Amino acid sequence: MFRIFHLGVAFLAVAGLSAQPAFAETPSEILAAIQKEAAGTPGLQEFSAARGESFFKAKHANEWSCASCHTDNPAAQGKHAKTGKVIQPLAPSANAERFTDPGKAAKWFKRNCNDVLDRVCTPQEKGDMLAYLLAVRK
Amino acid sequence: MLMRNQKFSRILTVALLAISVTMPAAQADDDEHDEKYGGRYGEKYSGENRGKPLRPAQTNAKFQQECSSCHIAYSPGLLPAESWRKMMAGLGKHFGSDASLTDQENKEITTFLVNNASNRWSASTAPLRISETVWFKRKHDSHEISPAVWKNPQVKSPANCAACHPRAERGDYNERDIRIPR
Repeated sequence: MFRIFHLGVAFLAVAGLSAQPAFAETPSEILAAIQKEAAGTPGLQEFSAARGESFFKAKHANEWSCASCHTDNPAAQGKHAKTGKVIQPLAPSANAERFTDPGKAAKWFKRNCNDVLDRVCTPQEKGDMLAYLLAVRK
Repeated sequence: MLMRNQKFSRILTVALLAISVTMPAAQADDDEHDEKYGGRYGEKYSGENRGKPLRPAQTNAKFQQECSSCHIAYSPGLLPAESWRKMMAGLGKHFGSDASLTDQENKEITTFLVNNASNRWSASTAPLRISETVWFKRKHDSHEISPAVWKNPQVKSPANCAACHPRAERGDYNERDIRIPR
């Protein structure tokens, strides 16, 4: 009986842990994680804010660019291209919540890269993008 | 005796008139009216009827957070359970966009939607677009809403409930609150 109780407590503890959101991180920690992911990629270049900016504003495989929803200024409020729903600023300088949750960042990179490029982004592209977003001043 | 009968019938007439005048006011909620008298005209909306209530008393934080990033979090009662199952199984291409979730998030939100789906849907249909359901089309047909309203950039799309229903996000579509932008 006692043992079952202990097992139950252990199970609850584990379930509780996995249900917690990932620990809050800083955008630079997320950038460092992308750096780590990129390491060893052939032809890898140092992350560049300038490259990130042109990537952000350009159209790729699909009709939408990043700027279609986030506008040309990532420090400004955006608007969903289809539904019109307001999107809070993407640049951490204008919105302190951005890039503090690695799970959320990964989720949106996957979604948005699929919508804009019809594929996942390379670590190089993600690194350039975050370098750009971190360079944008409010 | 005759006099008395006349008086009685006069009182009765006045009373009946009073009832017929006050009845419509008592039925401000046309859902209740429809439920009461709907049966007479066959199955309401061909069985494609939204649920009541639209939004359960207890909402779900994951649902609220994840489903309102790109649009308002549409109330679960707007569609039948099968629609939500199909919707949640196809989030990789959600009306053209990638809205994928982790398996755990997907499971939790699907359960919430299915458990609170329309309880008045009897048709075997399971549309993905709320605007394609019979009740929606009937409530928003050209007799109700002028075609010009849909062209207004402030309305933009039938998916934009909140353009005219200010409390749509809370599952409140009360007809008295409708504000059609001009």
